[in-house]
Amino acid sequence: MAALFYILAAVAILAALCVVLQRTPVYSALALIVVLCSLAVVYLLLGAEFLAVVQVIIYAGAIMVLFVLVIMLLNARQETPLDRSRLARWLGAPLLAVFLGEVCFAVWQRYPVKATAAAVIDGGPRAIGALLFRSYVLPFEVTSILILVAVLGAVVLAKKQP
Amino acid sequence: MGMSFSTVLSLLAIIAKVAVVLVALLTAVAYAVWLERKVVAHIQSRWGPYRVGPHGLLQPVADGLKILFKEDFAPSQVDHLIFWLAPFIAFALSLVPISVIPFGASVTISGHTISFQITDLNVGLLFVFAVTSLGVYGVALAGWSSNSKYPLLGGLRSSAQMISYELSLGLGVVGVVMLAGSLSLREIVERQVGLWNIFLQPVGFLVYFMAAIAETNRIPFDLPEGESELVGGFHTEYSGFKFAMFFMAEYANIVTVSCLATLLFFGGWLGPVFGPPLLRALLPVAWFCLKVLGFLFLYIWIRGTLPRFRYDQLMGFGWKFLLPVGLLNVLVTSLLVAWRST
Repeated sequence: MAALFYILAAVAILAALCVVLQRTPVYSALALIVVLCSLAVVYLLLGAEFLAVVQVIIYAGAIMVLFVLVIMLLNARQETPLDRSRLARWLGAPLLAVFLGEVCFAVWQRYPVKATAAAVIDGGPRAIGALLFRSYVLPFEVTSILILVAVLGAVVLAKKQP
Repeated sequence: MGMSFSTVLSLLAIIAKVAVVLVALLTAVAYAVWLERKVVAHIQSRWGPYRVGPHGLLQPVADGLKILFKEDFAPSQVDHLIFWLAPFIAFALSLVPISVIPFGASVTISGHTISFQITDLNVGLLFVFAVTSLGVYGVALAGWSSNSKYPLLGGLRSSAQMISYELSLGLGVVGVVMLAGSLSLREIVERQVGLWNIFLQPVGFLVYFMAAIAETNRIPFDLPEGESELVGGFHTEYSGFKFAMFFMAEYANIVTVSCLATLLFFGGWLGPVFGPPLLRALLPVAWFCLKVLGFLFLYIWIRGTLPRFRYDQLMGFGWKFLLPVGLLNVLVTSLLVAWRST
């Protein structure tokens, strides 16, 4: 199980790097799908089957399909690198290193390496449904309204002015 | 070696099971094509394949050999990596869902329980939906990577169509899930003893089945490959075995969808069981196969009967009719379930 986790983590990180470094948008999108699917398998390893499947359905099966569709509609082949500012070129990498170091430090502080195995929690549809519709019903509904607002906003923005 | 004898044995058993199911599925795919040609021919008062073997029964073998020896041709302007990857994605994903489909009741023979299923996932139904929702990539990427206008249009059409109808497909089965209280395909079938879901969820079945036809790009919803306007749609530039992979994927998807319809609405393997133990073990599998065959026939019957939709009609039908009906069915079913449980 541990070996599988490390393999999946490596795949996820490599694919994530691919997302950023690729010049062709479709390749980036495909790499992102690989990231999402390997995360889904990590969830599966943790016993959260429902979450794993939903991850695939929603992210890989719905959202990324829309991404790919948009890329296809724009027929974007290859991106030409933009003229980046000189400041970003010199400060980008060091700042990234500092930020990554901070994140690692914070995680290491909170969750020491010797953390015990994650407590066995019920990741079934019933348990998650109860959480969503009982304990967190207000945030859940507010999120859905937020998404609706975003959809309406997109429609208004995309609508051609007469 | 750290593995004990029994671990190796159970591993071998799993591999054998996977091999048997896969071979059965591929055979079913090959003969679904034969069945389609035969049935459509008879609908049109023709004979269909007749020369290779009795009643053309060896036609799939001949077709398979022909396509294996064909030149595998790729146009010069394609995106080679994705052009290669797309048929593999489509084909591989079409084979995966069969791994959670139960074919029959579990049988106990001298202490060993044999289940007619590769694995029983407690979210089996959702697993099938997850895998089929990825299937759109094969088609979309094939269209994009061909770098040619008709495949691109076909790929775009089919992506839009599959996204639209996936919603109705999901909504159609929500009623069944609510009645069964489970997402495991085995449990859903076991809850149907005595009364099949088709009698409790007729609207859900219609929504599911119509969406399923659209999801598998079949007539009357086969616009992604409408040959009169798009040449061949997303697979115009494909030839040889890569084309065969798309072809097999389409039929494997039809088999999966038929299996799911049987399990969710027509009681899966349930049916009269009698006779000696061996017959008792195998009859449920036979019932299951018979029902799936019925659905395959229905599919072909529809293909032989209906004309193709226009694209705006297709989208209108999906969003303005099927989706609201599916939602309404969910609403009514949940009200009834709530009322019954109080």
